[in-house]
Amino acid sequence: MTGVQHQAPDTQVAIELRGVNKWYGEFHVLRNIDLTVHRGERIVICGPSGSGKSTMIRCINRLEEHQQGRIVVDGVELTSNLKDIDAVRRDVGMVFQSFNLFPHLTVLENCTLAPIWVKKMPKAEAERVAMRYLERVRIPEQANKYPGQLSGGQQQRVAIARSLCMSPKIMLFDEPTSALDPEMVKEVLDTMVSLAQEGMTMLCVTHEMGFARQVADRVIFMDRGEIVEQAPPQEFFANPRSERTRLFLSQILGH
Amino acid sequence: MAETGTAPGATPVARPPALAVGPLGWLRTNLFSSWGNTLLTLLILWGLWRVVPPLFDWLVTSSLVNVASSQECRGAGGACWAFVAEKWRFIIFGTYPADEQWRPSLAVALIIGMMLFSTWRGAWRPWLGLVWLGGTAVVLALLWGGFLGMTYVSNELWGGLPLTLLLTVIGLGAAFPLAVLLALGRRSDLPAVKAICVGFIELVRGVPLISILFMASVMFPLFMPAGVTVDKLLRAQIGLILFAAAYQAEVVRGGLQAIPKGQYEAADSLGLSYWQKMRKIILPQALALVIPPMVNTFISFLKDTSLVIIIGLFDLLSAAKAALTDPAWRGFYKEAYLFAGLIYFFFCFFMSRYSQRLEVELNRSRRR
Ligand SMILES: Nc1ncnc2c1ncn2[C@@H]1O[C@H](COP(=O)(O)OP(=O)(O)OP(=O)(O)O)[C@@H](O)[C@H]1O
Ligand SMILES: [Mg+2]
Repeated sequence: MTGVQHQAPDTQVAIELRGVNKWYGEFHVLRNIDLTVHRGERIVICGPSGSGKSTMIRCINRLEEHQQGRIVVDGVELTSNLKDIDAVRRDVGMVFQSFNLFPHLTVLENCTLAPIWVKKMPKAEAERVAMRYLERVRIPEQANKYPGQLSGGQQQRVAIARSLCMSPKIMLFDEPTSALDPEMVKEVLDTMVSLAQEGMTMLCVTHEMGFARQVADRVIFMDRGEIVEQAPPQEFFANPRSERTRLFLSQILGH
Repeated sequence: MAETGTAPGATPVARPPALAVGPLGWLRTNLFSSWGNTLLTLLILWGLWRVVPPLFDWLVTSSLVNVASSQECRGAGGACWAFVAEKWRFIIFGTYPADEQWRPSLAVALIIGMMLFSTWRGAWRPWLGLVWLGGTAVVLALLWGGFLGMTYVSNELWGGLPLTLLLTVIGLGAAFPLAVLLALGRRSDLPAVKAICVGFIELVRGVPLISILFMASVMFPLFMPAGVTVDKLLRAQIGLILFAAAYQAEVVRGGLQAIPKGQYEAADSLGLSYWQKMRKIILPQALALVIPPMVNTFISFLKDTSLVIIIGLFDLLSAAKAALTDPAWRGFYKEAYLFAGLIYFFFCFFMSRYSQRLEVELNRSRRR
């Protein structure tokens, strides 16, 4: 498999999965996953529904537990040690398909909550930081509204800002645009592109192949719990090696 | 609906037929829309006609307020409010010494004051708990006395409304946090914590309150080492707290279950600790969802405190009953229960109205 062929800004390893296996009861969701992500690398993960994409990235911040193998994030191995889990979660931001904003808090409070309580940041500073990120996702004027009053695209941008307020070193995205109406997909993708251009380490489960072409350093194809193929986007789309990848690409690009 | 007339530039609006609007229209659509409906309306009108005039007559027209002796009331066809005028102090304060009754009055005023203060959302801070703790201590000190020239009044003599309110307020104040912990424990990943919480909730819920009070008053002392006695009032209070906590825990759990998994995951992924997640994210949403059933348990708890009569405590309802044992005023049940009932109603209605307002306020900010 190819490693990093683009200009990898830093050769340090951000995430490493070695021989990771996971079962739900009898069901083998993740099979011998090996994956190394370098700092600043942008990775797009695709694959058919049920192939284990969400499960894999959710193992990286321990929303799911793996049962075999090693997962090391930013030098910290994930075990049942709660301190380590907290340390990893402070460094890893996550954006969900269904936004998962806190509906009882305003947009600003959504963004300042974790900095204030987890990082013990003074409130005024947390608000300054939050406003900076809300400006970056271009919705500072919504700061005092409640999530329920925003459109889906705006909510997802708030969710991105909320994660960024913790100044994560790594961002995980699980199908961030799948729950959006088509006209809102672009505003969220634009935000992600600009994040990618600033050198954030990103793992992104998405079927937006345009996004993959534009920003990914590497595209990973998963099927039935395995990483079937990984390659830089040009190579991945022009020249898929496995039959399963070809089938998948023809289905998703075919029409 | 009844808007008519023409807006400038708009096409003229035809007036709806008179039978569709106005009072007549309202009657038609709401009371006489079908044969069945008409029949029901007539039945209800007949029922009201049978009930209201005699009731009004008994309550007001033929009632007696100023009488020389209870004898005058006996022959009369109306309510004997003279009974209430004579006995209200006893019903409200029970056996508390008559010339010290300013103390329980002040205690009741304090409790009502704290209740009103707590309805203000600006007071929903951690220090509100301290206000209640301090306030309750002052109330207890007032009732007990024995300092600053106030004579000591043993709690065996406490009774009536102050006792009912005290049992309710301390009971709910202690039961609510306990209920939240029990509900969280019941959903815990730790098997031991979960088993204890499930066991406690199911045990207490499976037993009538009367038997819990009996156990508290009769059996509890058996378990205590010889020589250690726990006050009867305190035992009743503990029984009430445990009972209320078990019920409220299930209400809280209902709210917790309604919170989507994504909220937990978002909180986890931001690095919040378990308690931060519960306090800041999950409980505020879960508790706002369960206000109506929670207030329901509050209201029934207030009324359930009247069961302490079976272990010999004189709460409001028992005091009303006791007032009837005066030979001169025997037999005025209706007046006694109406009076006590009105006082209960006043507090329950207040809680119910407040919860409705609160629900609207909290939902306004969570509009989807
Ligand atoms: N909590 C769970 N218990 C049991 N099975 C689960 C659980 N979560 C996921 N699965 C199963 O594991 C498999 C992988 O799920 P996962 O959500 O990782 O797939 P995915 O690749 O993200 O799919 P999609 O594109 O539909 O989101 C699926 O077959 C799913 O049914
Ligand atoms: Mg998924």
